[in-house]
Amino acid sequence: MIGEVKILKPGFCTTIQDKGRFGFSKFGIPKSGAMDQMSYNFANLLLDNDEDDACIEWVLQPPVLQFLRPTIISLTGASVDAFLNDKPVEMYHQIRVFKNDVLNFSFCKNKMYGYVGVKSGFLTPIAFGSRSYYKSITNDYILRVNEYLEYYSTVKYREQFSTISAPMDDSNSGELSVYKGADFDTLSASQKSMLINSSFTVSKTISRMAIQLEEKIPNSIASILTSPVLPGTVQLTPSGALIVLMRDCQTTGGYPRVLQLTESAINSIAQMRMGEKINFRIVN
Amino acid sequence: MKYELQYKRYSEKTILIEWPSGIDKNTLHDLLLYKKSIESFYDKLIVEVVVGYNSLLVLYTLAIEDIYSSIFELKSIYDSKNENVVLKNKLWKIPVCYSLSLASDLKEFSESKSLTIDEVVTLHTTPFYTVYFIGFLPGFLYLGGLDSQLQMARKTTPSLSVKKGSVAIGGNQTGVYPIDSPGGWHVIGMSPIDFFKPSVEECCFISSGDVVQFISIEEQEYNAIKSDVISGKYIPKSISI
Repeated sequence: MIGEVKILKPGFCTTIQDKGRFGFSKFGIPKSGAMDQMSYNFANLLLDNDEDDACIEWVLQPPVLQFLRPTIISLTGASVDAFLNDKPVEMYHQIRVFKNDVLNFSFCKNKMYGYVGVKSGFLTPIAFGSRSYYKSITNDYILRVNEYLEYYSTVKYREQFSTISAPMDDSNSGELSVYKGADFDTLSASQKSMLINSSFTVSKTISRMAIQLEEKIPNSIASILTSPVLPGTVQLTPSGALIVLMRDCQTTGGYPRVLQLTESAINSIAQMRMGEKINFRIVN
Repeated sequence: MKYELQYKRYSEKTILIEWPSGIDKNTLHDLLLYKKSIESFYDKLIVEVVVGYNSLLVLYTLAIEDIYSSIFELKSIYDSKNENVVLKNKLWKIPVCYSLSLASDLKEFSESKSLTIDEVVTLHTTPFYTVYFIGFLPGFLYLGGLDSQLQMARKTTPSLSVKKGSVAIGGNQTGVYPIDSPGGWHVIGMSPIDFFKPSVEECCFISSGDVVQFISIEEQEYNAIKSDVISGKYIPKSISI
């Protein structure tokens, strides 16, 4: 039976996300998908869902949700105190939900992105193989107040004594594993050394498309012919600013690609707030 | 002809293949032939192959275990690829209205170039533009072949909203905005047709290697085509090449 969740408060830029779109770069369609894929995966694992079932992704300000039919949900990602009908519930657990239960949260304590998983995923329309919201690809691009989202309602619930412990918080180290970028070798020795040996600060310019870093690197290298880019590609702009492309990034770009974050580093930087320090460690 | 190619690991699941720098039709041909060979060799083992002016990015389904053997395999595919495969490409006739009422920057553009409006239109509609790839926005064509007399640096302050269908010039490139978007190019015309449809599986009717020619139309015809496009009756015109 189809259940619906009513969005009592949408939060700020709350979206539906899954693993993202694959195989459509040839049309210029971005990959999209959950910013922190690890937390997103945990949300589905806890519910024994398919690995690409859609979750709600909120950023900094969580939504308030009312589930109109029974189901099971999970909460992962950014740390928050969560309440079901004003009673505290735990993150990284299965949470049993009954008819008309209201899920709300206190303020977000750390990190950026939180995930609400539901048994069998949210059933928003699929566009190009994914439910991930993206303006011009999906009809909706943010959740709105009093909107309803569908899911398969279930009353089946098996008491679970095992839990997944929340992943170790390693974001304090700030060390991001990277590959040398496609254009790394066009950098001078001193530029390379700055990139590898200095620490950088996450700026206030943060979105699902890109994260800009505060510190600049003196830049005299030329732009490149427009070439493929991916989430995690670090571009060096003519002004010397470093831009880390994120999940909603364009498929091609013309700035030199100096580094490429590993998949786990993309998940880490996604959860960092303005002012947090990072440094890059090259892996082979 | 064979090029000296460079192979680099790009990420866990991707390898970048680079041709010598330059926007060149022969490079494009070689790159598209190679892309086809890679796709048919690997089939489901790759997600896709992304095209740039002088590069291909191969996205594998799984993480690459041994980068050297993967590159070795790619090199042997390049060496054994069939040079005689004919790529089926099309020439598309794209209607564009260069009326001042629809082209917000045309007057200023022609004045700063010391050209008449008619001269701008002739210079823009004469070339056969090669479609190198699609990127930037869903359905945005990277075209080569703009007349050097029409080249103009991008605006220093981008416009917050460039309308869907805007035909524009930025640097040595020209293109059509497939959706409303911020943009720094100079808008010199408006095309009534859809370059990107989010509702259909074949969302872009043009692909890499195709050729585009812009055809100047009057505002009346623009409106007629526009309403055909909206009602789904319009079929883009093409010739096989």
